[in-house]
Amino acid sequence: MPDDARAPDGIGAPVRRKEDFRFLTGQGHYTDDINRPGQTHAYLLRSPHAHATLGAIDTSRAMAAPGVVAIFTGADLAAAGVGGLPCGWLITDKHGKPMVEPPHPVLAQGKVRHVGDPVAVVIAETRDAAKDAAELIEVAYGVLPAAVEATDAVKPGAAQLFDEAPANTCYEWEIGDKAAVDAAFAKAKLVAKLDLINNRLVANPMEPRAAIGEYDKGSGDYTLYTTSQNPHVIRLLMGAFVLHLPEHKLRVVAPDVGGGFGSKIYHYAEEAIVTWAAAKVKRPVKWTSDRSEAFISDAQGRDHASHAELAMDENGRFLALRVDTVANMGAYLSTFAPAIPTILYATLLAGTYTTPAIHAAVRAVFTNTVPVDAYRGAGRPEATYLLERLVDVAARVAKLDPAEIRRRNFIATDAYPYQTPVALQYDSGDYFKTLEMALKTADRDGFEARRAEAATRGKLRGMGIATYIEACGIAPSAVAGALGARAGLYEAAEVRVHPTGSVTLFTGTHSHGQGHETTMAQLVASGLGVSVDQVEVVHGDTSKIPFGMGTYGSRSLAVGGSAVMKAIDKVVAKGRKIAAHLLEAAEADVEFADGTFRVSGTDRTKSFAEIAFTAYVPHNYPIETVEPGLDETAFYDPKNFTYPSGAHVAEIEIDRETGVVEVVKFTAADDFGRIINPMIVEGQVHGGLAQGIGQALYEAAIYDKDGQLLTGSFMDYTMPRAANLPMFDVATNVTLCTHNPLGVKGCGEAGAIGSPAAIMNAVHDALSPLGDIRVDMPATALKLWQIIQSHSPAQAAE
Amino acid sequence: MSAPISMTVNGRKVTANVEPRTLLVQFLRDQLGLTGTHVGCDTSQCGACLVHLDGKSVKSCTMIVAQADGAEIMTIEGLSTGELHPMQAAFKEHHGLQCGFCTPGMVMSAVDLVKQNPEPTEHEIRDWLEGNICRCTGYHNIVKAVEAGAKAMGGSHAG
Amino acid sequence: MYEFNYQAPTSLADATQAIAGAEDGKLLAGGMTLVPTLKQRLARPSDLIDLSRIPDLKGIKVDGGTVTIGAMATHAEVGASEAVKQAIPGLAWLAGNIGDPAVRHRGTLGGSISNNDPAADYPAALLALGATIYTTKRQLSAADFFVGMFETALELDEIVTAVSFPIPEKSGYQKFRNPASRYAVVGVFVAKTGAGVRVAVTGAGPAVFRVPAFEAALDKSFTASALNGLSVPADELNADIHASAEYRAHLVTVFAKRAIEAIG
Repeated sequence: MPDDARAPDGIGAPVRRKEDFRFLTGQGHYTDDINRPGQTHAYLLRSPHAHATLGAIDTSRAMAAPGVVAIFTGADLAAAGVGGLPCGWLITDKHGKPMVEPPHPVLAQGKVRHVGDPVAVVIAETRDAAKDAAELIEVAYGVLPAAVEATDAVKPGAAQLFDEAPANTCYEWEIGDKAAVDAAFAKAKLVAKLDLINNRLVANPMEPRAAIGEYDKGSGDYTLYTTSQNPHVIRLLMGAFVLHLPEHKLRVVAPDVGGGFGSKIYHYAEEAIVTWAAAKVKRPVKWTSDRSEAFISDAQGRDHASHAELAMDENGRFLALRVDTVANMGAYLSTFAPAIPTILYATLLAGTYTTPAIHAAVRAVFTNTVPVDAYRGAGRPEATYLLERLVDVAARVAKLDPAEIRRRNFIATDAYPYQTPVALQYDSGDYFKTLEMALKTADRDGFEARRAEAATRGKLRGMGIATYIEACGIAPSAVAGALGARAGLYEAAEVRVHPTGSVTLFTGTHSHGQGHETTMAQLVASGLGVSVDQVEVVHGDTSKIPFGMGTYGSRSLAVGGSAVMKAIDKVVAKGRKIAAHLLEAAEADVEFADGTFRVSGTDRTKSFAEIAFTAYVPHNYPIETVEPGLDETAFYDPKNFTYPSGAHVAEIEIDRETGVVEVVKFTAADDFGRIINPMIVEGQVHGGLAQGIGQALYEAAIYDKDGQLLTGSFMDYTMPRAANLPMFDVATNVTLCTHNPLGVKGCGEAGAIGSPAAIMNAVHDALSPLGDIRVDMPATALKLWQIIQSHSPAQAAE
Repeated sequence: MSAPISMTVNGRKVTANVEPRTLLVQFLRDQLGLTGTHVGCDTSQCGACLVHLDGKSVKSCTMIVAQADGAEIMTIEGLSTGELHPMQAAFKEHHGLQCGFCTPGMVMSAVDLVKQNPEPTEHEIRDWLEGNICRCTGYHNIVKAVEAGAKAMGGSHAG
Repeated sequence: MYEFNYQAPTSLADATQAIAGAEDGKLLAGGMTLVPTLKQRLARPSDLIDLSRIPDLKGIKVDGGTVTIGAMATHAEVGASEAVKQAIPGLAWLAGNIGDPAVRHRGTLGGSISNNDPAADYPAALLALGATIYTTKRQLSAADFFVGMFETALELDEIVTAVSFPIPEKSGYQKFRNPASRYAVVGVFVAKTGAGVRVAVTGAGPAVFRVPAFEAALDKSFTASALNGLSVPADELNADIHASAEYRAHLVTVFAKRAIEAIG
């Protein structure tokens, strides 16, 4: 489909967002904005200990407190047959055995395994009353030693979370040809080695999670309002596995959602609790997280410790890559956790390069910390960070320029489809051109002069390059199923044309900042020749939308948008039949463009609105062969992943006196395939960059040895602020995806994927005058000052 | 236990009996139904709850409601009637919002900035937004929106 | 928050009576620290006595050689005051850079110094400038007022009414912010007065302190380079995940120099 330059609101136009008016005027409807008649308030009593046996829970004093409606513990839920929170992905280990999958009770039973593990729920007339009463609950904890760091948790003598998981190991998994890798290393002239940590992050969407459960006594129907990226997935998981409710009796609504970044994909305990409890207390039950609570109950991200080695020939050509990663799962398996450090990580280790042999071993480990799952990028940032840091080390080993070593190893532009040694087949790309765009925009040629000037101001200036590739548009269901997914990953759309020609689009994707109400409307506008204002996009309600797998993994346009295009095709096909009847022409002779059905080569036409009207007022109608109405549903299952790619260039300065890093300039050149709304795409890149820069320089979930989260609020967890970031330079290269109708690849995660390595390569470049230094993320001022001190004490004391 | 309070909210006089431990933001959201003012943290960092009190930006999560007794409060719902305020329009034009959750606080903060500093530089804007956290936009388009909003406010709206 | 009684006296006499009569009363100034503390259920006062309705506690006056600021003057008022900017620019800059704009619209001088958070900015100015603190019972020097971490010489029923600052020849303040909370990890106030240079440091230690070695060096030469080679010992300084004691000690020197450079 060509860019619709004709239309001011078609494909390719920077249409201003339809959703903005309500957000800008305070008329959004986020979950916590909803209040149901007669609602009660839930407060969760959470474990203050990282690891403890759970003895008697005495709720008698709390039950007597003013305003208390009910109190439930794990025992109550067990007695009622409430199931545990399910894991949606099964990894099979390197011996062919299934991963260890311990139960994850909704409220803790027998043991608590992380600070924040919920122990009891108090339901009261007000939130304060529930909190007041919760303080009166007495819990007999038997405190146990905690296992916190994954690399420690596997050692002999470490505290054991589950009897069924010796050495706290969930699985040991591998991918690639180990023998081929070993052989390549044996003949390698040059080898680059690197140990690195991918720091644990807290997603921190600005809207804390919330959930309201409601039960209709008359019908027996349940409704859950929740802050979710995928309400149908929640309905499936909670209905089928936890509360044993059939889909037709359970409605899940995810209204306006204030950001997710992955953390609102998962099915959480609070959703099940409020839904179940609403039927018990026969009143709606509302729960809203505090930010402090979010820090100990929202799934966290990343947390890898890796060793990597890259074998090269004498010219710096990559021969083989060897990776060993320990991934922290936290205390329980969150919904998609096992897939992140395997399927979404190790398969990306070829990156943009032709490395012929790759082997990766991944050990997933339980610890007494908050569960870890996907966070913006999910596995792909971890792969990119490891690979792109390693390539910079390789450049140093091979005495090559960092851009040159990359070019020397890029997959050739005419080599697509390109099969990597780690399962994926890339369909399109042009890494050479994207890198050149980035280097030009970043004025790499002028960098050394800028570095010299900075030195006169006491600043260490550095430039860092990173390229990346991601696998998005998740995912072909058969492939995902073969890799352990317990669900299909297609998407659904319904295009409902109304009698007067306006359209309601129902999409199974969910917008929580991505602007789907606008982008998806542009697809309909282009496809049916109507204006964006005539299209309403509905998402986030299982009672309205046929089905959906939701929004994550940069899949909404590539998979959800493709479903929209299929549904549009069906509408046009039916419209053509109706038009043929009205125009007394053969169906094959009727063409459709710009909102008009036309008999080819004639001026006999019917407008789209006329056809829509006829479909609903079928007086003169081919009723024998065509049903009335114009409302089409389509499901789309992708043929392959999509492969967005790009090159990021960071330029930073380190203040020698304080260690503070300033990001002076950041350039992102990305290839997202066809772009529907460039304004929204740029916004997605900006936000991703901020999160990637945040990971590189500021953010870290830090636990002490007892498993207490030291960075448990915005007082200690450094959220990037306006003053921490520069204006970004964003450029786009376009190679089309070859296997979906729009040629789109996805743009939601790219910013967070390329930027950490670009920043850290720049930091290492800046530090290079001091020696061969290795620093892990986040490169905080304290850490860099200590490095500067230890490598140049005389200058630093000045 | 409850005590009477009265204030003007978005030009409308309101009186109520409230528990002393009610926060201003709880009063606005739960009792007045003005849910455009959001709660994004519990340590006074994020600014999602920012409103104007007697014309100045304040964090409504960090005040008990009695402290606002007799005050004039303006929330995002009161910033404009019908058409968008120039700052709101600038946020839309420059894509200064994504999920929308921090947006009311950002807009209210930006309006106060421009009242105090009609022509803020990029540096001054970033500095002013110290108390407003956005997780979606990377601030790039927020800064552009505030610059444009300031220009547009140059006339009658500046007061 | 736990339940409490709220009182809003309109005179100092009523306020004094209220706090004296409360079982476990707390004075509420701007509330920028107290309200978050209550929200976290870290304090459980029986009564909150709001000082914001007492006219006597407001206002900024400059006369003769002193600037006198009412206890309930907000940081924004002090930061924007032309009189303060003229008389003690370092103090105006300090006040105008506490927290963020919304915090500055509510937070007050009296509230800040009565709380005496080790990371608060104001104590550095009071100590460096040799300010006098006026209360409902007496007047105290800054040196006597600030006792230790979150500890002052105030009695339970004693209310700060105003602070007077002798106008120095020159003054400057610079700070290194905690990247997350934005509180001062280290803040250094430098004042050049007729009686000599005074340097006070906040954030670095359990409470605000002066640095005699810096003062002596600056008395000889009021230049940043006069502090070359000088540092405070790290032994007694605070340490956390954002800044070790050694780092804080280093930053004290760096930001003392930057304060002098800012004075120009």
